[in-house]
Amino acid sequence: MLSLDGLEMIAVLVVMGLFIKVLEQFGMFEPVGGEDSIEDDFELSTVCHRPESMDKLQEQTKFTKKELQVLYRGFKNECPSGVVNEENFKTIYSQFFPQGDSSMYAHFLFEAFDTDKNGSVSFEDFVFGLSIILRGTINDRLNWAFNLYDLNKDGCITKEEMLDIMKSIYDMMGKCTYPNMQDEAPREHVENFFQKMDRNKDGVVTIEEFIESCQKDENIMQSMQLFDNVI
Amino acid sequence: MAGVAAWLPFARAAAIGWMPVANLPMPVAPNQKNKRQDELIILNVSGRRFQTWRNTLDRYPDTLLGSSEKEFFYNEETHEYFFDRDSEMFRSVLNFYRTGKLHYPRSECISAYDEELAFFGIIPEIIGDCCYEEYKDRKRENAERLQDDLEDNKDKKPPNMTCRETMWRAFENPHTSTMALVFYYVTGFFIAISVITNVVETVPCGTSTHQKEVPCGERYTVAFFCMDTACVMIFTVEYLMRLFAAPSRYRFMRSVMSIIDVVAILPYYIGLVMTDNEDVSGAFVTLRVFRVFRIFKFSRHSQGLRILGYTLKSCASELGFLLFSLTMAIIIFATVMFYAEKGSSSSKFTSIPASFWYTIVTMTTLGYGDMVPKTIAGKIFGSICSLSGVLVIALPVPVIVSNFSRIYHQNQRADKRRAQKMQKARLARIRISKTGSSSGFLHSKRNGLFNDPLELTGSIEDEQQLSKSTSLLESQHHHLLHCLEKTTNHEFVNEQCYQQSYLEAGQNYQSQSPSLSSQEGMTGTCCTRRSKKRHSPLPNSSVPSGALMHPLELSTIHIQPHTTSRSSLNMRLEEQHPLNCQSGGKVTTAIISIPTPPAANSPEGDAQPPAVPAHHQNIVKVSAL
Repeated sequence: MLSLDGLEMIAVLVVMGLFIKVLEQFGMFEPVGGEDSIEDDFELSTVCHRPESMDKLQEQTKFTKKELQVLYRGFKNECPSGVVNEENFKTIYSQFFPQGDSSMYAHFLFEAFDTDKNGSVSFEDFVFGLSIILRGTINDRLNWAFNLYDLNKDGCITKEEMLDIMKSIYDMMGKCTYPNMQDEAPREHVENFFQKMDRNKDGVVTIEEFIESCQKDENIMQSMQLFDNVI
Repeated sequence: MAGVAAWLPFARAAAIGWMPVANLPMPVAPNQKNKRQDELIILNVSGRRFQTWRNTLDRYPDTLLGSSEKEFFYNEETHEYFFDRDSEMFRSVLNFYRTGKLHYPRSECISAYDEELAFFGIIPEIIGDCCYEEYKDRKRENAERLQDDLEDNKDKKPPNMTCRETMWRAFENPHTSTMALVFYYVTGFFIAISVITNVVETVPCGTSTHQKEVPCGERYTVAFFCMDTACVMIFTVEYLMRLFAAPSRYRFMRSVMSIIDVVAILPYYIGLVMTDNEDVSGAFVTLRVFRVFRIFKFSRHSQGLRILGYTLKSCASELGFLLFSLTMAIIIFATVMFYAEKGSSSSKFTSIPASFWYTIVTMTTLGYGDMVPKTIAGKIFGSICSLSGVLVIALPVPVIVSNFSRIYHQNQRADKRRAQKMQKARLARIRISKTGSSSGFLHSKRNGLFNDPLELTGSIEDEQQLSKSTSLLESQHHHLLHCLEKTTNHEFVNEQCYQQSYLEAGQNYQSQSPSLSSQEGMTGTCCTRRSKKRHSPLPNSSVPSGALMHPLELSTIHIQPHTTSRSSLNMRLEEQHPLNCQSGGKVTTAIISIPTPPAANSPEGDAQPPAVPAHHQNIVKVSAL
């Protein structure tokens, strides 16, 4: 008899459950804790950022009006919302390096461009950065490069930071290289770099050491001139 | 990559991070001497002007717009690139340059779109993911349709087929020859006979001397045996013939239809062999069941059956899912019902397998009522069982139905196109529209011929009117046809006049000399206006109707050597009443009332010799006059 009762209990419970479901359908009985979470996410993506006026940008950067126009059109084409987030940034940058993995280097670049550290690069950030690189003096450029290398922005480059940077650069090459990519290559390169740059052999490279060493290096000086004609 | 071409300067700027760490000197930057300022270029596509930056187009240098190929379309006077293409579809092409993604507009025809892409040098594979599925589906549909069209041509019998191939073709397509049709119907008849005998065999017919009724099969054993033998003979012969004619015997033997054939006739032979042995007579009776497979032979005769079979095969996964879910539900509910009804007395639910029967009957909503739950729990679960049964069965069925519908419609389409009549009518309509142009030639030829007399009479206004009605293109075309006429010393006419003159020539001019007939034949000339002029001035309404009744091609009427039309015209002018000139007004109206297209002779070469009966050799030439 017990088993029957048990089954009857279960049957009754099942019936009650179905009843509740039916009531729910009619909206008379709402379950506790109804949440509507999905809708919130949509709002973020529709944020639209408009850059400052072209005149202001022209004052603050060293680009001409036409150059700003070209830059903005390209920028807006890829990022209609007016800001680039890191994912987007990585995607865009990776399209130029199909054979390797450019995500780490893109990350460092993003950090360098995102001067106000709000997680997104607006057109102003973009243009300011480009203005320094393409229209700045050699010193400005070297400063910017130092800023890029100095991951924690403490004013000096440690070997670990440099190693990260170096690895990210080598990653962009990908696997199919000639000669074959060795695992030791980034480390060796870092050693080389520190040999050259670290004057007082204290294991870190400060900004003064960096600029001084670069100014003494012919190759680097010459390569810095390449950026004059990019736009 | 080209989609982000605008970011290339940024990427190059970002290389600043590499410079200080590099050990080697950097390569020289590419020369930018030819760098132009970015400019707007105008693309005029059928009058609709699109404007874009030159850089946008340069993103894809291996397409027409991105390469120097577009210079071929440059219009110096208007400083724009003109393309004589569809402007709607050009929109998606241009958007491809702008956004880097190619979309397929669903409202466009797939082959037109393919052509546009081919013209602009864009490969269709780069259609974006959002539209690629649709594109592929449509393309496949189109290919299937074209495939069906091709298959229609297979019905034409290729020459030099061996006896074996002929037989095979006869078997596969019964409508190719009479013999095949006869064979088809005979086998169908015998299949029906066989099935009916099998059925009737078991009907109890009449009382015999014994107490109980015996089925007909036992009463008339000999008759049924003979019938069976005859059918099996026919089936065996048919099977052997098919086996002989099959191009690949091994493949034929493996095909479904041949297996059905074998299964249909095998029981008989096995029965023949085993009649003596009493032990296996039980098995022998079982074998008779297999005779019912003969009914599947009908699937060769019925396309619907084949479609059904094909549908079931193609829906195998849905059927499998249906079966699996049903099995799950059956087991669950059977278990529950068994335990629910365990306690009640005289319960029919003796075991779980016994409950299977109840569950199946309930889930399929049959409800025989031979097993009924008595406890409350049993009843509750029983009702849940029947409700869920409806749901589970109803779910996969629409998938099967839609599959069947799709396959069925495909077959319908193929059948429709195979219908010969429609094909002929369609071809005829296409021919008419193509030959419409030649009627324009005749039309203007009359007008052109009129130019001479009009010059003679000097009515300048009429001449100007006439010359305006033909464009430059038309006049050049007509000149070409005229040259052809001169070359062959014959003229083009339209059917009206041909038939008119045919009749009239038949009536009046049986054996005239050519020249004479050509002259007097003028009386019974084309377009009826002349004859009508003779008899009575009639409206020309009858002319158009006549033209439309004969859409078939008109053949040129060949006349024995005639002088040039101009001279004959002059002759007519002199000898006949100059009705040409003075009735010029009337004539033109008469001509204009002829609708374009009466199926006139197309000049390209349909100038077949007319089916002129022998006694009408001196058919009047129905010239424009």
